[in-house]
Amino acid sequence: MTTSPLLEVRGLRAGYGASIVLEDLGFRMGVEAVGIVGRNGMGKSTLCDALVGFLPPSGGRVLLRGNRIDGRSPERIARSGIAYVPQGRRLFLSLTVEEHLAMLSRRGRRWTPSAVYALFPRLAERKRQRGGNLSGGEQQMLAVGRALLLDADLIVMDEPSEGLAPAIVDVLVDTVHHLVAEGVAVLVVEQNLRAAVRMAPRQLVMVSGRIEAEFAGDELLDRPDLQHRYLGVGTATAPSDPDGAGTTDA
Amino acid sequence: MTATRRRLPVLAAAAVAAAAAVWVLFLATDTPAGTVLDEPGAFVVTALDAVTFAGLLFVAASGFTLIFGLMRTVNMAHGSLFLLAAYVAVGVQQAMVGKTRNIDASEVGIADWLVPMLAGATAAAVVGTVIQQVFLQWNEGQELRQALITLAITVVLADQMLREFGGLAQRMVWPGAVTHFITIFGQRYATTRLFMLGVAVVIGVLLWLWLNRTRLGMVVRAGVDDRQMVRGLGINIRLVFAVVFFAGAFLAGVGGVLGASFAGAAPGTDGAWLLNSLVVVIIGGLGSIKGAAAGSLLYGTVVAFSPAYLPSQYSFYAIILTFGLLALVLAVRPYGLYGRPA
Repeated sequence: MTTSPLLEVRGLRAGYGASIVLEDLGFRMGVEAVGIVGRNGMGKSTLCDALVGFLPPSGGRVLLRGNRIDGRSPERIARSGIAYVPQGRRLFLSLTVEEHLAMLSRRGRRWTPSAVYALFPRLAERKRQRGGNLSGGEQQMLAVGRALLLDADLIVMDEPSEGLAPAIVDVLVDTVHHLVAEGVAVLVVEQNLRAAVRMAPRQLVMVSGRIEAEFAGDELLDRPDLQHRYLGVGTATAPSDPDGAGTTDA
Repeated sequence: MTATRRRLPVLAAAAVAAAAAVWVLFLATDTPAGTVLDEPGAFVVTALDAVTFAGLLFVAASGFTLIFGLMRTVNMAHGSLFLLAAYVAVGVQQAMVGKTRNIDASEVGIADWLVPMLAGATAAAVVGTVIQQVFLQWNEGQELRQALITLAITVVLADQMLREFGGLAQRMVWPGAVTHFITIFGQRYATTRLFMLGVAVVIGVLLWLWLNRTRLGMVVRAGVDDRQMVRGLGINIRLVFAVVFFAGAFLAGVGGVLGASFAGAAPGTDGAWLLNSLVVVIIGGLGSIKGAAAGSLLYGTVVAFSPAYLPSQYSFYAIILTFGLLALVLAVRPYGLYGRPA
């Protein structure tokens, strides 16, 4: 490892007003798929927002290929090479599928609207539909397709499998593998451990605003004790979430 | 039960509309216009007045709603830009015709109207863009502060325009080619009003093409839906803001020139047209171009019909119906006809 990693986060601190959500968070990743798992309210979405500049960090550093990008505006971060597929997709309700892609397509980019249609043929069938009229799976495909058009080095996905049918999750898993094979890194935040493990061979566990542990492959899937400890699953008392109750994780 | 209650405002609005229709059709005997059955000509003329005035309202209000929709800026200087464009256009027209007073329509060619119109609207657009760049850009996201800043600019501009252009009403002269009268159901009707409607329709079509058929227009619509996400896709929103402010101020300017040709321009016109624009977009829904069109039609209809079809001794109270319309629309749809919660 002589060259700088694709993404390096050091001592990241971010929050909303007086409430600090991320504290001294750090990790590094190369051109690979990395999952971030953790309970509700641990700051996973805040981490995504901080990385893409929606929530400017109040401390620490974010380096993309060795260049500092923290403190830059969202548009500059996007142009530096990070594309965002946010939680809830945040499509433009008044734009059609076609328009979502047309507004971002530029000459000379590797990803074009037709390449996105080739990847997600379902979208091609629904070109004229508005973002708000698509099924959950189609919306997610469009959100991913929209991010691809930026020709980013890294795509940050927040809860991509949320509310999707298993068949659609399969499509997403394949897409993530396909992207990594093409040289695009993917950082995927997931509540759904099974989906996360299928998408990314490396899992970082977030607890109270920092990366607490790292697991490889399906290590976590086979260890109910770890799942209980880090993700609060597998026990009858799991739903109560005392640590996360007061934290914003929007 | 709840479903009925929810539909109650809509039913009330429908009842009011039906009652108004019955009144106009059969009952309005002691009114300036008379019932439709007795005086069909008066009805057609009133309807034309409504639609043509709605055209002017749409041009003025579409710029206001465009700026608000994307930037959440309530541009209180919209009326000032309207008046500024009017004054500039009148000046350019006088220079082109070579006379400063008593210009007759026969002396005005199409170009002597179109070129001043473009000059006036461009002046408004440039001033608007300067206001946005110098005063509003660094207050992005602070809507109340932006509204107050533009309000202050309105006061300053009103004084400066009074100093520069004087206190007398000035009038832009329609081109001679469109200044005729036609006869409809035995009533004379000015073709200039139809020309004004034509200009408004052309503006509306161009605006629609821009927003729906160009990449920048799509970005503007996307920004209305979710500004932050547009930035997250690498789009320089500040540049888009500047372009939209330019376009919105340009539309205010086109409205001002149409208004000056239609009814003249004088101190006070700015406030009146800020109010007109506000009423239209509150009815239609802030930020929606479709809403601006619908709001203009409704408001234009009430403005034209209420003095004509109120009993003669009550014509004076026609203005109250405008606010009645506002109250009714807001009761049925609190965000306006096509508005969405911010």
